[in-house]
Amino acid sequence: MRPGLKLGVAVAFLASIHGIILFAGFFAPENPVTQHRDTPYAPPTAIHFVDLSGQFHLRPFFYPNVLRVDSYTEYEASGERPCPIHFVVPGVEYKIAGFLPLRTHLFSGSCDSSSPMYLMGSDAFGRDLFSRILYGGQISLLAGLLAAGMSLSIGTVLGAAAGFKGGIADGLLMRLADLFVALPWLYLLLGLRAFLPLSLDPRQALLLVVIVVGAVGWARPARLIRGIVLSVRERNFVRAARGFGASDFYIVRRHILPETTSVILTQASLLIPQYVLAEITLSFLGLGISPPTASWGNLLGDLQHYNVLENYWWMYLPAVAMVPFFLGYLVLTAAVEERARAVSS
Amino acid sequence: MFGPRKLLQILTVTCALVSVTAAAQNAPPTTGEDLQRVSEIAGQPGGQIVVALRAEPKTLNPVVAADNPSKTVIWRMMADLVHINRASQKTEPAVAKSWTVSRDGLHYTLKLRRGLKFSDGQPADADDVVFSFHVYMDEAIHAPQRDLLTIGGRPITVRKVDAQTVMFDLSKPYGAAERLFDGFAILPRHLLEQPYRDGKLLQAWNLGADPKMYAGLGPFRLREYVPGERIVLEKSPYYWKDDSRGTRLPYLDRITFVFVPSDDAQILRFQNGDTDLVDRLSAEDFSTLQRSGASRKYELADAGPSLEYNFLFFNLNDLNAKSLSAISAKQTYFRQTAFRQAVSLAVDRDAIVRLVYQGKGVPLWNQLASTNKLWGDPELPKPQHSVGSAKQLLGNAGFSWNASGDLLDAEHNKVSFTIITSSTSAARVKMATLLQDDLRQIGIDARVVTLEFRAVLDRVLNSHDYEACVMGLSSGDADPNADLNVWLSDGSTHLWDMGEPKPATTWEAEIDKLMNQQMTTLSPVERRKLYYRVQEIVAQYRPLIFLASPDVLVGAKANLGNFQPAVLDDHILWNADYLYWRRN
Repeated sequence: MRPGLKLGVAVAFLASIHGIILFAGFFAPENPVTQHRDTPYAPPTAIHFVDLSGQFHLRPFFYPNVLRVDSYTEYEASGERPCPIHFVVPGVEYKIAGFLPLRTHLFSGSCDSSSPMYLMGSDAFGRDLFSRILYGGQISLLAGLLAAGMSLSIGTVLGAAAGFKGGIADGLLMRLADLFVALPWLYLLLGLRAFLPLSLDPRQALLLVVIVVGAVGWARPARLIRGIVLSVRERNFVRAARGFGASDFYIVRRHILPETTSVILTQASLLIPQYVLAEITLSFLGLGISPPTASWGNLLGDLQHYNVLENYWWMYLPAVAMVPFFLGYLVLTAAVEERARAVSS
Repeated sequence: MFGPRKLLQILTVTCALVSVTAAAQNAPPTTGEDLQRVSEIAGQPGGQIVVALRAEPKTLNPVVAADNPSKTVIWRMMADLVHINRASQKTEPAVAKSWTVSRDGLHYTLKLRRGLKFSDGQPADADDVVFSFHVYMDEAIHAPQRDLLTIGGRPITVRKVDAQTVMFDLSKPYGAAERLFDGFAILPRHLLEQPYRDGKLLQAWNLGADPKMYAGLGPFRLREYVPGERIVLEKSPYYWKDDSRGTRLPYLDRITFVFVPSDDAQILRFQNGDTDLVDRLSAEDFSTLQRSGASRKYELADAGPSLEYNFLFFNLNDLNAKSLSAISAKQTYFRQTAFRQAVSLAVDRDAIVRLVYQGKGVPLWNQLASTNKLWGDPELPKPQHSVGSAKQLLGNAGFSWNASGDLLDAEHNKVSFTIITSSTSAARVKMATLLQDDLRQIGIDARVVTLEFRAVLDRVLNSHDYEACVMGLSSGDADPNADLNVWLSDGSTHLWDMGEPKPATTWEAEIDKLMNQQMTTLSPVERRKLYYRVQEIVAQYRPLIFLASPDVLVGAKANLGNFQPAVLDDHILWNADYLYWRRN
């Protein structure tokens, strides 16, 4: 596959995933924190086109899952009335990016007051897992993107400063970078979390995760940027610019940084999934975003219990849903590297 | 057919075999030994059981032990004068074979069994009993059970009448009568008197000490302790019970306790057959085991409503002296009874029983489940979950709501607080999550924070740095005296307001008076009336907002004989001396 095409496909794929997650409110039928206490741990609802009498319907429908009469955990489809699934319908209000209120949902699966349609099953409190995966993606992705952005910014500034200035500043900054690389990041995060106040609302918790994860990881990009800056610094066009009286700041901004673009892009596509994974790890351990706010990490946290592992297979689905995301970034990284090689050769 | 020499050989060998087998069994009763005959059991000696503990015991010293794992191990090795049968909840003779009470209820005369021996073979008599109770009542020792021996404001006195008889003198009669003596292990004077005189009793009998330094009157004795792995107990040959065939108890040769900290690991090991009994199953684990019990290797039991009660409470401590001003500010509405009543109305207790206990539990409006016929007040109101009534109550008490539905207090501050709970209790975390959603319906923004259990205890008992908390307690006995520490203002588990030498409110003063009164009332009818009144006051002022109580869910291997789960602690090992392995 041509490098350009591969890159294009990867970018398009990731853009669509990010788009779906950004518009989670549209794609998700439910609010992620709404509890349906009559249907805890309900299995995914089966979608039918052919009803019990063998008749085909163009509009898909489902039979709501209800608990068996004498059981608290086993479900049966109540086959009396098929509930049709409607598309592009008004529903619960949600906000895009936190400020744009909308009411339209892609599909709605609820038939008056019976149990709703669970595309991927429900959790311990009857919350729709599909909605929670989408909204959880918002949190996890946001944390990952912001953290990567922060890491890269700090790394670029410090790396460029170190590479350009050289001398003592360079030595100091690079030793600092060594320290940060050597720190076991997970334990550092655990330790830092212990210092913080008891109650954090979800927004504060997210900010905290981002700051801590991003602040820890600036060292590697910094080293790479420094390497580029060191090599570019000696190039002729930089010397020429200096000869014309350009200030240091101008040289860095106009001549050196553009050379680092490909490294920054590659680093970005590497770091974003890493930081998303860091947020997932923290939330899984109960130290990042805490329920009821959904994040991919705390959705997986339920799996730590043996009985969930044994009996409710749909609780694994968040892990499955994450796979396309990480694969996309993997392909993107490879594509960016190939393209960079193709361009420079 | 056999010649005379051959016959003699056979006879000799047979006699040798018989005498060898006889010696391998328990020491037969010597003359003058008073054994307690347990006639309704019939088992075979031999075999061992493996049980998992949720944590490593902290000590093997009965005077110091406060945590459950320590008590589980200690009480297989110790015995008390009069024991409450955990299954029937009635008292029965133990080390004391009989007792009489004076008509005014002030003097208890207990007759000990003859021929008692500690597990190391040393004789036990009235001197050991007197020594033990002196230790329990010694103020310098500060035993946790000391308060239970203070009746009517004065500690009881004990004296030896003769080698087999002791007399206890009370200053006021004790309503629960001989139940008083359950839980006080008889300590060996020959091993502990010296450390006591040297002031080192509290350090004696901690885990690392030599097994030969331990002795008790219980069915088992310490054999080995491997730190971080296991404690092994072996049968005591001098235990004072036998069965109807004259076989000395216990039947089992050994009990091995392994340390398995997580519930999930406990289930796995029980399923694999590594452990023989499992205690305190959660409802989900219970149904997981039921589903996979197709091989029927084990037997699960639901022993009915337990004495564990879970509740939400607010920090009502006097915080003026501390720098917790944010919490102090919230206490203006925490202290409003109407606020607590409204929170109680907003709680959906049925959802808790359904979602947390899968129906294997009961909702609680008071400390005792309504199924408790003995002490539960049947006339107590059970206000059903109603968001409308909660809102009405709040509205009348000066609260209001803003445009987005958030609850505001009288000064128009948003009502929001943090609920802490222990991360190791999956049930309580779930309860807290349900509560959070319930409180959202009345406009309260509650946040759930899970902390390690010891951190929760520290905040509640010591630093008072918390706003609200979901916790659970378990009564040792259905009798109200078991929970004196919760209801008395200076009690060690008066959780919502710790360390008050004097009651902080008039209703707490009333509760103190009633609890002290019922402790020294002899008539059961009168005691019940007094305790009903306590329950009514608690229901009116709601210092603890009760949530639900789980059933006792346990399991054991199918061929374990005499397995009889009990509602009182220890649910599975209370009759460890009767357990045996069925051979067929």
